[in-house]
Amino acid sequence: MSPDRKAETPAAAEVRTTITSYEDGPLLVRGDFELRTHSGEVINPGRATVALCRCGLSLIKPLCDGTHKSAKFHASGGDRER
Amino acid sequence: MLLPQPRGPVSAALTGALLRTPGPLSVPPLDAVPDAVHDEDLQLALWICYELHYRGFDDVDDSWEWEPSLLAARAALERVWIAHLREIGPAQRVEPDGVAGALARLVDEDDGPSLAGYLQRTATREQFREFVALRSVYHLKEADPHSWAIPRLEGATKAALVEIQNDEYGGGRADRMHSELFRSTMRALDLDDTYGHYVDRAPAVTLAVTNVISLFGLHRRFSGALVGHLAAFEMTSSLPNRRYGNGLRRLGGDAVATRFYDEHVEADAVHEQVAAHDLCGGYAIQHPEAASEVLFGAACCLAVEAEFGRHLLDSWQRRGSALRGDDLAHVA
Repeated sequence: MSPDRKAETPAAAEVRTTITSYEDGPLLVRGDFELRTHSGEVINPGRATVALCRCGLSLIKPLCDGTHKSAKFHASGGDRER
Repeated sequence: MLLPQPRGPVSAALTGALLRTPGPLSVPPLDAVPDAVHDEDLQLALWICYELHYRGFDDVDDSWEWEPSLLAARAALERVWIAHLREIGPAQRVEPDGVAGALARLVDEDDGPSLAGYLQRTATREQFREFVALRSVYHLKEADPHSWAIPRLEGATKAALVEIQNDEYGGGRADRMHSELFRSTMRALDLDDTYGHYVDRAPAVTLAVTNVISLFGLHRRFSGALVGHLAAFEMTSSLPNRRYGNGLRRLGGDAVATRFYDEHVEADAVHEQVAAHDLCGGYAIQHPEAASEVLFGAACCLAVEAEFGRHLLDSWQRRGSALRGDDLAHVA
C-alpha cells in the first residue's frame, strides 16, 4: 500500500503533495500540484491524481500511457535504488 | 428502456411475468447449458434480473426488484453462471502480499485475441460502429457495477476505489463522466445513445461482460472478485484504448469522437496502479482468506473479454455482423 494512504492528520494531508513510485510502473502524484512544460506552460491533466512516465517510453509524456508494460520496464516501488 | 425481447423459455417466462403486477412467478428450469457465456436465454434472463437493480425498465413495476420468487429464479440462473466462471477462472493460491504481482503476471500472460489491433488497422467504419454499439451495453453504465464495492470496503481500500470512481464519474463534472464521453463517441458514429438501446441487438457474450460484474457487485461474498475484476479491467485498458482511438482517427473520427478512448489512455494508466496495488493489494492484506478470490475475479474479466473479442473478430472474418439480426446499416 502506498505510504500516502496511511492515516495522518487531516490538516497535514490537505497541504501535502505526495509522489509515490509504483513497482514496475509510473510515479503517481497526488495533492496540490501544477504540471508545467519546459517553457512554463501549464499542462492541465484534467484529474486530481496523475501518473508520470518513469520508463521513458510513453507517447504522452510527461504522463504515463501504460507502455511500460509492453516494454517490460522494471523498477522498485519501494526502497531507493542504488 | 423497455424490456428486451425474450430469447428462449426462461427469458420468455421472465419477461411475461415482469409485465404483470409483482407476485410469485415461475420460471422453467434451464436446459443443459454447455456454454454459459454464449447461452442467449441464460445471459438475457440474468441481464434482465440484474438491470432491475440499476435503472429498471419503463414497462416493469419497480417492486419486482425485491420479489422473493424472482430472486429465487435469479439464484438458479446464477448457480449455472458461477459454475461456469469457476471453470474459466480457476482458483490460484497466492499470498496476500503477492496479489499485485500475480495480477500483473495474469494480465501479461493473457492471450486473448487482438481486437484492438484489428480495430486500429483493419476495421471498416461499420465494424467500428458495431463495436461501439455492443460496448454501449456496458459503457453507458461504466463504473456503476464496481461502485457496489464501496460500502463493503474499509479504510485505505475504500479510499483507493473512490479515487478511481471519482475519476470515472468525471470528478464532479457531468460532461467529463466516462459514460458521457462515450455518448459523444456514439453520436459521432450516428448511433443512438439512449441507455439500453442496443440490448436487443447484443449477443449473449456481450451481456456476459456485464453479467460477470453485476454478479460480483450484487453479492458481498464476491467483493474480492469484484475488486480483482476492476484491476484486470484497468490493467488491460491503456494500451488497447490508444489503439481504439487511433483506429477511429484512421476512420475519420475527430477529437470529440475519440476523446473517450484518449481519456482512457491517461486515466487508466493511473487507475491500474491504484487498482492493483492500493485496492487489490490492500484488500488481500485486510482479507487474507480472499486473496485468491481477487485473482479469480481478474481471470473471469480476462476470459469473458477474450470471448467477446473472439466473437467480433470471428463474425467479421465471416464478413457478417457481430450483432443479432440485421447489421446496423439496415436499421434506423
